Amino acid sequence: MAQVTLRNLVKDYDQTPAVRGIDLDIADKEFVVLVGPSGCGKTTTLRMIAGLEDITGGEILIGGDVVNDVPPKDRDIAMVFQNYALYPHMTVHENMSFGLRLKKLPKDEIRRRVAAVAGILGIGELLDRKPKQLSGGQRQRVAMGRAIVRNPKVFLFDEPLSNLDAKLRVHMRTEIKKVHQKVRTTTVYVTHDQVEAMTLADRVVVMNAGRIEQAGAPNDLYHSPATLFVAGFIGSPAMNITGCALEETAGALRVRLDGQVSFPVPAERTARYRAYAGQRGLLFGLRPEHLTEMRPHSVANQCPVEVTPEVTEPMGMETLVFFSVNGTEMCARTNPTANTQPGVRTQLLADLNHMHLIDEASGRVL
Amino acid sequence: MSASLRKERRAALAWSYVFLVLFAVIFLTPPLYMFITSLKTSAEISSAKLPWWVFHPTLDNYSALLTSPAYLTFFRNSAVVCVAVVAITMAISIPAAFSLSRMRFWGSGALATGVFLTYLIPETLLFIPLFKIFAFVQDWTGIELMNHWWILIVIFPTLTVPFCTWIMIGYFASIPKELDEAALIDGAGYLQVLTRIFLPVALPGVIAATIFAFTVSWADFLYPMAFATSIDQMVLPAGIVSTLIKGDVFNWGQIMTAALLGAAPPLVIYAFLMDYYIAGLTAGATKG
Amino acid sequence: MANGVVQAAGLSVPRRRRSGRRLARHKSTIAFLMALPLIALIAALVIYPALYSLHLATLNKSMERFVGLGNFAFLFKRELFWMVIKQTVIFALSAVIFKALIGFVVAHFVHNIPAKGQRKWRGMLLVPWVIPPAMSTLAWFWLFDPSYSAFNWVLTRVGLDAVPWLGEPLWARFSVILVNVWYGAPFFLIMYLAALKSVPEQLYEAAAIDGANWWQKIWYITLPMMRNIIAITVLFSLIVTFANFDIVRILTNGGPIDQTHVFATWAFQLGIEGGDLPLGACVSLFMFPILGVAAYFILRDINRRGTEA
Repeated sequence: MAQVTLRNLVKDYDQTPAVRGIDLDIADKEFVVLVGPSGCGKTTTLRMIAGLEDITGGEILIGGDVVNDVPPKDRDIAMVFQNYALYPHMTVHENMSFGLRLKKLPKDEIRRRVAAVAGILGIGELLDRKPKQLSGGQRQRVAMGRAIVRNPKVFLFDEPLSNLDAKLRVHMRTEIKKVHQKVRTTTVYVTHDQVEAMTLADRVVVMNAGRIEQAGAPNDLYHSPATLFVAGFIGSPAMNITGCALEETAGALRVRLDGQVSFPVPAERTARYRAYAGQRGLLFGLRPEHLTEMRPHSVANQCPVEVTPEVTEPMGMETLVFFSVNGTEMCARTNPTANTQPGVRTQLLADLNHMHLIDEASGRVL
Repeated sequence: MSASLRKERRAALAWSYVFLVLFAVIFLTPPLYMFITSLKTSAEISSAKLPWWVFHPTLDNYSALLTSPAYLTFFRNSAVVCVAVVAITMAISIPAAFSLSRMRFWGSGALATGVFLTYLIPETLLFIPLFKIFAFVQDWTGIELMNHWWILIVIFPTLTVPFCTWIMIGYFASIPKELDEAALIDGAGYLQVLTRIFLPVALPGVIAATIFAFTVSWADFLYPMAFATSIDQMVLPAGIVSTLIKGDVFNWGQIMTAALLGAAPPLVIYAFLMDYYIAGLTAGATKG
Repeated sequence: MANGVVQAAGLSVPRRRRSGRRLARHKSTIAFLMALPLIALIAALVIYPALYSLHLATLNKSMERFVGLGNFAFLFKRELFWMVIKQTVIFALSAVIFKALIGFVVAHFVHNIPAKGQRKWRGMLLVPWVIPPAMSTLAWFWLFDPSYSAFNWVLTRVGLDAVPWLGEPLWARFSVILVNVWYGAPFFLIMYLAALKSVPEQLYEAAAIDGANWWQKIWYITLPMMRNIIAITVLFSLIVTFANFDIVRILTNGGPIDQTHVFATWAFQLGIEGGDLPLGACVSLFMFPILGVAAYFILRDINRRGTEA
């Protein structure tokens, strides 16, 4: 069983805290992605799991055993580095078999395993080449092959796709997912790209400033963010977030963004939000796809709003419309046929079933 | 490219070749002249007919030197000293460079800069105090140091170690730490990381440093002149200068042959390993 | 299972923290030990002698009595001493300037020709540096020979007078500088060639569009971009040239009439040949202030380069 457990993990670099106590349980065979901005501590956490960094406090367990003092080579893990770290003086075959050769496995076994993995990754013809003769995508696959061939308990990925161009990145994302489905090894994957996180993960762990903001299935994080940070981090284009005031008139709640723009709060939520009416420091959040062009609306809690678009970005399958409300730039995803023009006042439809109310001070989504 | 640019380019190219040929001639004339002279008999030299050409080439000078016990002694002394010095230099420099470039300890940054600075303390400053120091050590311990070639094995590393360490620090630092880490995760112990991953990748730097150490030891003139002054203790540069120029009679044919043969090892190394040679040179100053 | 793990974790906490820190110190100690031979070598054979020479310079000739600044006073009174200072400074400055200039100019020529041919030319042009200086200086000595100089042979053939290359003081100084420049220019060539290659071609293209001619390109783009490497090589070479021994010793041995003596050769003559070690040490020491100043500038430049990157 290859579950990974982090308990109150802390890392300080000379008095500067990098990881401030995180707890995480990763189940056997689970694909977990640590995602967050630069400096949030995700790579440090990964390197502590690998044994490449000393642990200042807390514990790491792999397969139920505490591994704090266990050197990397005895942890039965494999790692794919951001810069691949392929041994430049060895061929692809030698790179992939290095770990097995250190364990002194019989030669046929080694050849068999390398061939099998090369087959999975489609690099069978490259086995005699040296790394400098390979393209970026090929090197990345060799790095993965080196990890897979050792059949470890845990795979660790440190931003493996960030050095590839956009198209290749999309392709390799799918490859990685396919490999995971085939090989089914517990995986901890670090990236700063939330799209990668959402598409690859069984569970996404959003980190910020050394702490876990939220951990959960991609859809949960997307539709039910727990904190302001997660709400703004996940999703592209990002969620529209702006200051608001919660007004209560005659038992009904309204969210007011500015003098002209206000929405009625859906009835189901009135009970939940009533306590915050009149409170300061409230934020309103609504994803761009819930701000569409005006269309016949029969579903309840959809409310028209008039805006003056500043910029439109035709994307082909939709047109992004940017406008300002309350001093904040906001984005709406509209049907291209709606033909919204910059400067021409137009009506958008807001679906308030998906609105979020956030307390700015605590960062909590209410 | 426009016609005017092309014409400009062609003119610039032509002038470049002109000057390159000119400088090549200037730079290569002395060694060429050494070679021409080495093929001449004494008679031809003193006749001074046409110094720049050989009319009756002979290999007598070469055979005389290669059978001269004195010259062969010089050669042997030089060879032994240089090989020993290179070995010692590498034994000191490689671990030091590894430690200073990849491992952190208190003062390692300052030490690295300090290493480079000591290279700037010239031998002409040190040779006199060293003379006294070794004389003192000899009196005190009775070990025969002065006027023996093996003392050079002790002194030459001061010339080679600082710069070799500096060269290799540059090379070692450019090897990504992730290679070590990948090897550690693949299951290698520290020693295996060093021998199977690190050294093979760092080999160009090591070769460049080795060449540098050899060349400097082979060519040094001051320390041998000060420390190894008896004929049978001399190394090549000092030997040639001191013995073949006796009194007023200069056997120029032999002197030039001796000089040419003395210059041969560095030249041969240079011919075969030119890229490493140059890399060693540029490593110091352009290391960023 | 969870309880067992918690229990095990509880037990191992204090042990783990201690051994973790010990491991860190352990690695640091190994690193220090690996650098120890280097430190020992430098301390014993470079730093100590350098400091010892200070002490040595204060002794009398037989090294029994302490004479304080007596040796220094003695030198100051001798006219030769001041001449040696002047000669060394002129020698070092002019040689370095010419080496840098020639190196810079020739580097441009090599840089101009197509890349394939560059290696060949670079190989040929570095030869003076590869030959041990003592050997090549012998060749020059032969080329300058008063009776058989091949150069004079050419000069007389075209109707000019033979030149007393090593016989007359001014010509002797010229010859020494010439040989040093011949020997050292290739070093500058190689350095500057490497630096030239690192200047992005696009800068020159932008300048061409802005209307710059070849001289302006060099002045406004090449030289500023190469400022660091030029400073480092010049300072480096100043130190090395200032301390030069081989060339002067073999060509002129300081003559004629001591007009080509530099610090190194004079110190050798006084200290080793003359047997007056303290006096020789004294002479050598005078190189120190100048080296110190140059080293200071080099250090400053290295650090600046580090932060600029």
